[in-house]
Amino acid sequence: MGFLILNRVFQAALVMIVVAMAAFVLSNYVGDPISNMVGQEATQEDRDQLREDLGLNDPAPVQFVRFIGNALQGDFGISYRLQRPVSDLVAERLPATLELVMVSAIFALVVGIPLGIFTALYRTFWGSRLILTVSLAGVSLPTFVVGILLIYVFSVTLQWLPSFGRGETTALGGWTTGLLTVDGWRAIIMPAITLGLYQLTLILRLVRAEMLEVLRTDYIKFARARGLTNRAINFGHALKNTMIPVITIVGLNIGGLIAFSIVTETVFQWPGMGLLFVQAVQFADVPVMSAYLVLASLIFVLTNLVVDILYVVIDPRLRTERRVKAGV
Amino acid sequence: MSALLEVKNLSVEIPTRRHLLVPVDDVSFDIAPGEILGVVGESGAGKSLTGAAVIGLLEPPGRIGGGEIRLEGKRIDNLKYRELRRIRGAAIGMIFQDPLTSLNPLYTIGRQLSETLRTHQPLSETAAKARAIELLDEVGIPAASERIGQYPHQFSGGMRQRVVIALALANNPKLIIADEPTTALDVSVQAQIINLLKRLAADNGAAIMLISHDMGVIAETCDRVAVMYAGRIVEIGAVRNVVQAPNHPYTQGLMASIPRLGKDDARLAHIKGSMPRPTDIPQGCAFHPRCPKRFEPCDQKRPELMKGDSSQAACWLLQREADQ
Repeated sequence: MGFLILNRVFQAALVMIVVAMAAFVLSNYVGDPISNMVGQEATQEDRDQLREDLGLNDPAPVQFVRFIGNALQGDFGISYRLQRPVSDLVAERLPATLELVMVSAIFALVVGIPLGIFTALYRTFWGSRLILTVSLAGVSLPTFVVGILLIYVFSVTLQWLPSFGRGETTALGGWTTGLLTVDGWRAIIMPAITLGLYQLTLILRLVRAEMLEVLRTDYIKFARARGLTNRAINFGHALKNTMIPVITIVGLNIGGLIAFSIVTETVFQWPGMGLLFVQAVQFADVPVMSAYLVLASLIFVLTNLVVDILYVVIDPRLRTERRVKAGV
Repeated sequence: MSALLEVKNLSVEIPTRRHLLVPVDDVSFDIAPGEILGVVGESGAGKSLTGAAVIGLLEPPGRIGGGEIRLEGKRIDNLKYRELRRIRGAAIGMIFQDPLTSLNPLYTIGRQLSETLRTHQPLSETAAKARAIELLDEVGIPAASERIGQYPHQFSGGMRQRVVIALALANNPKLIIADEPTTALDVSVQAQIINLLKRLAADNGAAIMLISHDMGVIAETCDRVAVMYAGRIVEIGAVRNVVQAPNHPYTQGLMASIPRLGKDDARLAHIKGSMPRPTDIPQGCAFHPRCPKRFEPCDQKRPELMKGDSSQAACWLLQREADQ
């Protein structure tokens, strides 16, 4: 098991190096960083001086190593648009995005898994069919449409929930959280539902399909033949076997949530990484873009790493050590 | 002696969009305590469905269409789910065909055993574990106390079928339904498993309903045999009689088609045609289109089981012999 994890960590590091390379190329070769930094009236000498000071005349590998060294220390340069260190911007924005992603992932799991189990166990019940039909709408409605609909109903018409922003936030060290105030929770409800709805329906349908598959297997039949209770069969034997593919998809989709949060954050003016990225794209703010790229990939890679480890925890067949093969 | 299991006029129905299929039709048999009854037939003959009906595990939309099933005189075919669940695994144990897929891959052998024990008996965790080790020992798994913490994938096929048997016999059932228990195993392991099953059943005084398509396994193991064809029992009687002097033309064909060493026939005998699907079972005797001995009543009226000289068979030939 230790070897397996080490192997996965190594693979993750490799992926991150490739991503860093892309980010490096982005920040150095998309346009001329110098002309983005200096004003119109800078002389050629000023430019050459700056180029030399920034080390842009060094060979590409040297620059790349320096880039990685800085990135490891959280230094991605200075935002062209806001003239502030990217790391500061990210530190301000990251909590908002992570909280949004976390709340919507929990929402999707807590609602999606039980509904998936329910619709699999009571396949012919009319309520299950209703849930499935509605979930189809959840899969096919684009995120921004859901967001705007929610704003229209709950903010404009009913005036129950705020239509934008994070509400009141509390600072805990460097982390600002909206989850400690009622106002913050009121603000996060709609963005979280908007962001999580697609994942919820996906999880629901996946859990249902996997559960139906598992319920047809021989070991479930044999468990029934041994007179085990429905509870033990459905929530013990069947559910545990259902979880392996579900964990895969959920792990991949936490990365997906971060990607989709760009749209949700724009709709709700949520002050997170997504909004920062969209604004950075509009202004060709390359340091911010490359920092976002690296950070989003890092979260992707980390969730995948966690998924791989969870596999091993759940499925004994992957624990290759101590493998005993006995004859009859 | 009264029968342990009595099945009377059992039929199994599967409603489909167009037809009501009756894959098991009007089947009656009984099993005495300690007896081993073989049920033989081609795939699709209704053997497994009969077994599933007895233990109440027909998969919807399949259902019992009629008839009665009694265990020790008590009807069990109309029990509520909760009562039926208490019988499964306790009074009736069942063994399935494929040991590789019969065990939950994510739970240790010990956990699956003690869960089964504790579902039906008021045992503490430690007592259940001790009993589980005992059971594994009984089915011939070496170093049982070490292997109890292992997962199914750490066992070979034959060993896994032993674990399956231990699970099915955990609560000393009176009746064991073994559905093709050796079909998925190596020939060299088959005999071991069959002997094990036989010995344990004898030790516990349990009866076995052994479902198989392998006439060789049936002939070696069983006291009596029921031959099924297209959802009906066409012949039933003592194994020796059915094997040596079959009354029904289908059984005769079946016996003739078993290859024997030392027989110098160039070609293996076989029955022409194939068994009808449940959607188009012919009128009269279901076997008549393939029967070499058919005559007038065969395609008109369905024969019931009749007493022959050595067994009971559902064939008009017996009627004709009796009339003459």
